[in-house]
Amino acid sequence: MTQSTFAAALLNPASALPAGVTDPQGRPAPKRFSVYRNNVVAGLTRAMEASFPAIRKLVGPEFFAAMAGEFAMAHPPRSQMLMRYGDQFAAFLENFAPVSHLGYLPDIARLEQALRTSYHAADATPLPADALAALPEAELLQSRLILAPSVRLLSSRWPVCAIWRANMEGGPKPVAIAEDVIILRPEYDPRPHVLPPGGAKFLAAVLQGETFASALANADASLDLTSLLALLLGGKAIVGLEK
Amino acid sequence: MRDTSPPALPLRPGVGYKPQHFDQLLADAGPVEWLEIHAENYMGAGGRPLAQLRHLAERFAISVHGVGLSIGGEGPLDVAHLARLKHLCDWLNPASFSEHLAWSTHDGTYLNDLLPLPYTPGTLNQVCDHIDQVQTVLGRRMLLENPSTYVAFAETTMAEVDFLAEIAKRTGCGLLLDVNNVYVSATNQAYDPLDYIRAFPLHAVGEIHLGGHDVDADDHGQRLLIDSHGAAVVDPVWALYAQTVGLAGAKPTLIEWDNDVPDWPVLRREAGLAAQILAGVA
Repeated sequence: MTQSTFAAALLNPASALPAGVTDPQGRPAPKRFSVYRNNVVAGLTRAMEASFPAIRKLVGPEFFAAMAGEFAMAHPPRSQMLMRYGDQFAAFLENFAPVSHLGYLPDIARLEQALRTSYHAADATPLPADALAALPEAELLQSRLILAPSVRLLSSRWPVCAIWRANMEGGPKPVAIAEDVIILRPEYDPRPHVLPPGGAKFLAAVLQGETFASALANADASLDLTSLLALLLGGKAIVGLEK
Repeated sequence: MRDTSPPALPLRPGVGYKPQHFDQLLADAGPVEWLEIHAENYMGAGGRPLAQLRHLAERFAISVHGVGLSIGGEGPLDVAHLARLKHLCDWLNPASFSEHLAWSTHDGTYLNDLLPLPYTPGTLNQVCDHIDQVQTVLGRRMLLENPSTYVAFAETTMAEVDFLAEIAKRTGCGLLLDVNNVYVSATNQAYDPLDYIRAFPLHAVGEIHLGGHDVDADDHGQRLLIDSHGAAVVDPVWALYAQTVGLAGAKPTLIEWDNDVPDWPVLRREAGLAAQILAGVA
């Protein structure tokens, strides 16, 4: 027996039992071997259930378990850190025929993956709520906003934040519109919020290291800066101002 | 190797830490004096897991238990993963670090299960080399855990106890004796669990694990036990545990319950049963 043949047989239910794997009497032991096969699928399915609870609610627990098992066989983890597992799930869903009628599903998977990476992101101390107001305007305009490592941005042609909230928090029925979403983690629990119009473009510039003035110059005229800054400050998302 | 380990785990009950028990554990730990964490769950950059762990480490002795190092693997150890373990052990300075006599990674794919290996002079050399490497990089003595196994290998030439005893002798590592695994493997491999315990190098045992298992049957209708970590410890395993500590003396004893995790009072009660048995040991 080599571990290559053992591993290959674990991931391919159709493959033969690896040679030399027996019961204690030396007889072939397919049912015993299948304990390991089941452990692999069940363990990875549990990891997927913990990571994609909204998708599980949307498709139902039994369907999810079957789908997660197929995903696990096709894309077993490449890291021992299962907290990262599932970054290929959105792409998998785009090509998984049984859910092709649920066009928003891949973006919900991207949202849940972003929530999880936000959950495990580094801590940072937020600026006090009055830090921006305390700064002379000219100085603020020449500064760069530093966002918390837990901030994530996501744009979708689907109402992903509303769908997530409807399923996870009992929020209102989603309306079919595109959404720009920011994930904020004020303490330890990341939560998605819809950005005001123009907010995504402004924040993309901020994340590229542009100054406040430059990010504003490129932003849409419709940008409601006051409500965007209130959202960021409320989510403790601004952790620094650099000149 | 310079051993920088802090004082060892208390010779008392501990539990596998589950985040849902955080508040109750701090309010009412009962007989629980130490906690075990799975190393891989605390390798993120920040957030709640690390904040909770820092908090718990002020109150409880901590054992770091790895599940992903693949010490029984044919290939080389994943040095990036070993570096992550070193980072965790360096900042947390846990009372103990342990891993498994098993493999879980092959060719870069992590299979997320503790897979079995044949016991031969060749695999013995391989495992000992890996343990030497781990102990050198971490700068501490590790414990190696006996596995639950479901299959046998035509290649095997050594008994598991002899294999483990030789590893401990060659590498100086300690052993983690999982009494439920002994019961499961003894049933599945048709040997007497008490014979296994009597032959085990008990002087090297730094920790004991207890947990639950499922009952199934193999291709020939023979009883096949499956290590599930998802149920209470059964009476025959409690009895084997009492015999084990009767022979070995009191040892830090962990209740492992990873799936279908019960409410805190249920887990605390299991720890209380271990405490009662430990109290009767000289």
